Amino acid sequence: MAVISESIKDMKGYKLHIVKTEKFKTNTIVWKMKAPLTSEDVTKRALLPYVLQSSSKAYPSTSKFRSYLDELYGANLFVDVSKKGEYQVLSFSLEIANEKFLSDPDPLLKKGMQLMAEILVNPLAENEAFDKDTVEKEKRTLKQRIQAVYDDKMRYSNFRLVQEMCKDEPYALHVNGEIDDIPQIDEKNLYEYYKKAFAEDELDLFIIGDVDEAEVQSIAQDLLQFEQRTPKVVEASKSVHVEEKTVKDKEDVKQGKLNIGYRTNVLYGDKDYYALQVFNGIFGGFSHSKLFLNVREKNSLAYYVASRLESHKGLMMVMSGIEFENFELAVKIIREQMEAMQAGDFTDQEIEQTKAVIENQMLETMDTARGMVEVLYHNVVSRQNVSLDDWLQGMSKTTKEEIVDVAKKVQLDTVYFLTGLEADK
Amino acid sequence: MEKITFEQLQEEMYYEKLSNGLDVYILPKKGFNKTYATFTTKYGSIDNHFLPPGKNDFVKVPDGIAHFLEHKLFEKEDGDVFQQFSKQGASANAFTSFTRTAYLFSSTSNVEKNLETLIDFVQEPYFTEKTVEKEKGIIGQEITMYDDNPDWRLYFGLIQNMYKNHPVSIDIAGTIESISHITKDMLYECYETFYHPSNMLLFVVGPVSPEEIMGLIKENQGKKEYKNLPEIQRRFDEEQVGVAEKKQVLKMNVQTSKCLVGIKAANPTESGREMLKKELSINVMLDILFGKSSENYTELYGSGLIDDTFSYDYTEEQGFGFAMVGGDTNEPDVLASKLEAMLMEAKAGRGLTAENLERTKKKKIGAFLRAVNSPEYIANQFTRYAFNDMDLFDVVPVLESLTLEDLKQAASELIAEERFTVCQVVPKDKQ
Repeated sequence: MAVISESIKDMKGYKLHIVKTEKFKTNTIVWKMKAPLTSEDVTKRALLPYVLQSSSKAYPSTSKFRSYLDELYGANLFVDVSKKGEYQVLSFSLEIANEKFLSDPDPLLKKGMQLMAEILVNPLAENEAFDKDTVEKEKRTLKQRIQAVYDDKMRYSNFRLVQEMCKDEPYALHVNGEIDDIPQIDEKNLYEYYKKAFAEDELDLFIIGDVDEAEVQSIAQDLLQFEQRTPKVVEASKSVHVEEKTVKDKEDVKQGKLNIGYRTNVLYGDKDYYALQVFNGIFGGFSHSKLFLNVREKNSLAYYVASRLESHKGLMMVMSGIEFENFELAVKIIREQMEAMQAGDFTDQEIEQTKAVIENQMLETMDTARGMVEVLYHNVVSRQNVSLDDWLQGMSKTTKEEIVDVAKKVQLDTVYFLTGLEADK
Repeated sequence: MEKITFEQLQEEMYYEKLSNGLDVYILPKKGFNKTYATFTTKYGSIDNHFLPPGKNDFVKVPDGIAHFLEHKLFEKEDGDVFQQFSKQGASANAFTSFTRTAYLFSSTSNVEKNLETLIDFVQEPYFTEKTVEKEKGIIGQEITMYDDNPDWRLYFGLIQNMYKNHPVSIDIAGTIESISHITKDMLYECYETFYHPSNMLLFVVGPVSPEEIMGLIKENQGKKEYKNLPEIQRRFDEEQVGVAEKKQVLKMNVQTSKCLVGIKAANPTESGREMLKKELSINVMLDILFGKSSENYTELYGSGLIDDTFSYDYTEEQGFGFAMVGGDTNEPDVLASKLEAMLMEAKAGRGLTAENLERTKKKKIGAFLRAVNSPEYIANQFTRYAFNDMDLFDVVPVLESLTLEDLKQAASELIAEERFTVCQVVPKDKQ
């Protein structure tokens, strides 16, 4: 039996993905729209979903709008802006109670879908312009959101690593955009961008829950129709010239943040992608990994040390928090673990253990509606059609040889260290 | 084994108290891949002054020891238990709060083996001087990591403002100095006091057969011998009603200021359904006051005093409790005085209307349904409720029964100017 069954329907201007499952007490509706990441649009795009979720024509103020959500048994609406490779993806998620668990027979799924459509196609706007007040308020919040990255040193050092590592690539752009762009955005040019985004973006609607497929399709068809389009594709460039570099910033911090970026030269959908997953798991993905055992358990250098993949960009990032004076030692130990991987210095047991944990993690992800959407969306971004079963099978078949081969493709690009003002004196 | 049915939610739960005192709960979740299990002891960072079994004198242990013990239980003579779990395809973890230490795993295969590993590793302590020393480096880095985290500093700063004597104001991980005094003998003493099955609860949720799981647990426990443990005696110094400090400003390397307003609860002593009702009343009241649909939120957001980091919360355990409201802001002092004024207006009854109550009840019921999609939520929250003699599955009926009078009473009891306090984080170069 398939782990999950997704049905995909071609709608007018978008794709509708339905996953019928009885495991949840709620239904989840997710709207995703993606476009290439560009410096002209990044900030407008980061602002747009927040403007759309704050009101609409039918609910012209945030308090009216939010009161209506409360009435719908606390339907939970949130928006998110993320990077998937060199795309910027906007997500609108609405999770709403399934009325079969309530004493009240209100048709909540339909109302939830109507509300989603209301936000997307019926915003509070007049004469080709959004409501000025709303835009100004959200500009202010966006500014604070961008600044907040600086205040969380873990996120900040990761952001700085990417900035240094991908200097001349769109991927270096911050997903929330640039503070300096904000003053130029107004209710008119943002509205113009809104129309452009809905005309050109790749659009996907996901519905997860105990739903009737035909009914969902017919509701979606009534509510959402757009012009057909051919979404823009960014060809991922794998052959970036890699020259190892080290970047250090000094800040008033107590703990040093060590972030190391590698080029994996492998993308989601490539034939050695599964080997890369297993490689990452053995190297630093889990608490049985080489990084955890050697940096943390053997040498007590860190509380956290882990590696993770950015599958659509071909990157692997290591992150850790260490004392300033342990920089050289930690980098040396991390390098040694990579060399060990490339030399095939890991056991069959480590391979099996890692495969088991990856499979476990993947299946667990399918126990949340959001997790399902994220996994299914990988196929949209990579223009692939890999089922979860194929994925699990491909991963479990990976051999040691393949893992070593993929390890040899991995190149260290940038070592970033956020260190204290007092360090190196 | 007792079977408890929740008709509206279409869930069933199984319960048994074993002869050694261990409470075991099993909640089968059909359609899920994952099984999640937590093994929790009613022992947290506040339990630092107690009578060890068989002794006549109370002992006071170093700050951070419950959390240290949590770390150390994972290490055994033949390596660490993480390895064992990952060989069995599971991921394991643990956390320490003010009142609990929980050990857990989640897995989609080998559930029986993983469950056995969980129970056994928690029930077989192995501490040596050498491994205790090694852990000091790792936990030292954990503490330093939190030192750089402005939200954590703000949160603990606020609690420290409230409590003068109560150990809730001690950072759960302790300090680098305090953990330097921890020895293996102290760890064993804490372990012997608090890790008796009668002070613990095991919760399993997932696509499991309750009979098989219960059988396995009973067989496992049957093999181990436990002497009956006299009731655990904890000691807490007397705490004043008012707050210890009215205000604290922390200067940190941040760009945006942060501000939280706290209210210290007046020595809460309730438990059981009374506690549940009070907790829900306060939560509903805070939602009416500060939720995104409220007038207050509209005003604060509209005037640029708050952004989407704004939040509010009420925490209560036996012996302490507090509400907190706030978030990132460019004007911490203005925000603090606005929030205090809004709270005082609520005490006078403003905004607490029947219409707001009904709407917020619906919102909370929907939120509960969302929450019980999550095995983690069910296991962790159920345990917390049970340790306070409450039942997680009473949440919806108690919510439905709340009246405007309950809310007004909760507001008038909780809100009092002398129990307000403010903590702020501000950029170093400002002020």
